[in-house]
Amino acid sequence: MPIHEKLKGILIDFIRVSVTELPLDVIEALKHAYEAEKAPFIKSVYEAYFKNLEVARAERIPLCQDTGLIEFFVKAGTKSPFLDYIEDTLVEAVREATHKVPLRPNAVHPFKNINTGDNTGSRIPFVHVELVPGSADLDIYIYIAGGGSSFPASARSFLPGLGFKAIKNLVIETVANWGMNACPPLMIGIGIAGTLEIAALLSKKALLRKIGERNLDPDVAQLEEELKNELNNLGIGAQGLGGKITVLDVFIEYAHRHPATLFGAVSIGCWANRRGRIVIHPDLSYELPLHRR
Amino acid sequence: MSRTYYLRTPIRDEDLEPIRVGDVVYLTGTIVTARDSVHKRVVVEGMNLPIDLRGLAIFHAGPAVKKINNEWKIVSIGPTTSTRMESYEADFIAKTGVKLIAGKGFMKERTAEACAKYKCIVTIFPGGCGALGAKCVKRVAGVHWLELGVPEAMWVLEVENFGPLIVTIDTTGANMYSERYRDIQKKISELMK
Repeated sequence: MPIHEKLKGILIDFIRVSVTELPLDVIEALKHAYEAEKAPFIKSVYEAYFKNLEVARAERIPLCQDTGLIEFFVKAGTKSPFLDYIEDTLVEAVREATHKVPLRPNAVHPFKNINTGDNTGSRIPFVHVELVPGSADLDIYIYIAGGGSSFPASARSFLPGLGFKAIKNLVIETVANWGMNACPPLMIGIGIAGTLEIAALLSKKALLRKIGERNLDPDVAQLEEELKNELNNLGIGAQGLGGKITVLDVFIEYAHRHPATLFGAVSIGCWANRRGRIVIHPDLSYELPLHRR
Repeated sequence: MSRTYYLRTPIRDEDLEPIRVGDVVYLTGTIVTARDSVHKRVVVEGMNLPIDLRGLAIFHAGPAVKKINNEWKIVSIGPTTSTRMESYEADFIAKTGVKLIAGKGFMKERTAEACAKYKCIVTIFPGGCGALGAKCVKRVAGVHWLELGVPEAMWVLEVENFGPLIVTIDTTGANMYSERYRDIQKKISELMK
């Protein structure tokens, strides 16, 4: 079998695992949330979540019918032997996984409103590449961007003098007004930067972090903790039914801004936070560090 | 204190009478998927339904399906946001005689009024539980209006102990949303001070 075919097979399995199982850190966080809640009908929602995870894993079917738009964030070692064809292979893997797993076809032409039927289309799957000098590995994150949780995302320009307080209010407004329909408990990714697209991209990259993994800057880490507690005070709870846990975690990523600009962006992940990671070595051996294997 | 009820279609008005907001329901019998396009056809375009919904349940959902030997199978099915159907639902209830609505998120005043008048309940099936939803489906009894596309078609499903369905609107017209909305708005103003 040609090497790119083998690589494609590995990536199809990676996609299958990512839509049928949650990462271990998310499962742990959901268990803690279940413990924290007291009302029986809210507990029954969590019990449904756990039962759903069991069924999906055992029968290898998508845990949510919305298998999203598929996004890849690739940290590409400059010595990896697969650089020439990794991007095309990711697209091919999505196309085949759509039929093999199967996934729900979700790629719709924005003007003609026609669904391509195979989850590929213009710039979809989304592939974002960063180079890692000297490494021979491909370190690939997948993010399954479902409709319900992608819908409320927001990005705005603020007067720089307003500072973090303004961005925080954007996050609170977004979660309070739209969070109920985004399948809480949620994960909140916040990007702060000097242009809109940098902020938006960072808000999604923030969601790739593991639950409990704080920003390396201790001041930012503290803001993450504070905002998490404040958002939990909103009392939205699982599926909007109320309770103590509205968000599982809050992650902030930032870039240096322009003296005249400040942008804040917020991306939201649902409880079924389907994020995966695969590290592929030059001999095609690989690991899935986020999942139970 | 929330109670648990097991309902079977056809649902009668008296089956729904004791059920209150916050109770949990499990449904056995026939549930039919109906989302944006089905509601629009019935309420706006005045089309006749291909199936009599009196005493039955509808599900705001678009499944992932596959066809094996000419037989449809539901791969994964979970709810979509019910609020999108708010502008149609009161008329839909009046016109069809449907008794139970399952979806995600909350519905608002007009739907609650229709639930009181025509005796219907609105419930939440936990969003994101597509595998669990599929597990409750025993058989695909039929599909109508497939020309609307797989997610928008009317899938007639035989389900067993489909749930948990958390009741958000009951037949007295009580709506969990009113209370939830008020509480959250109060918290927003506190947090953004």
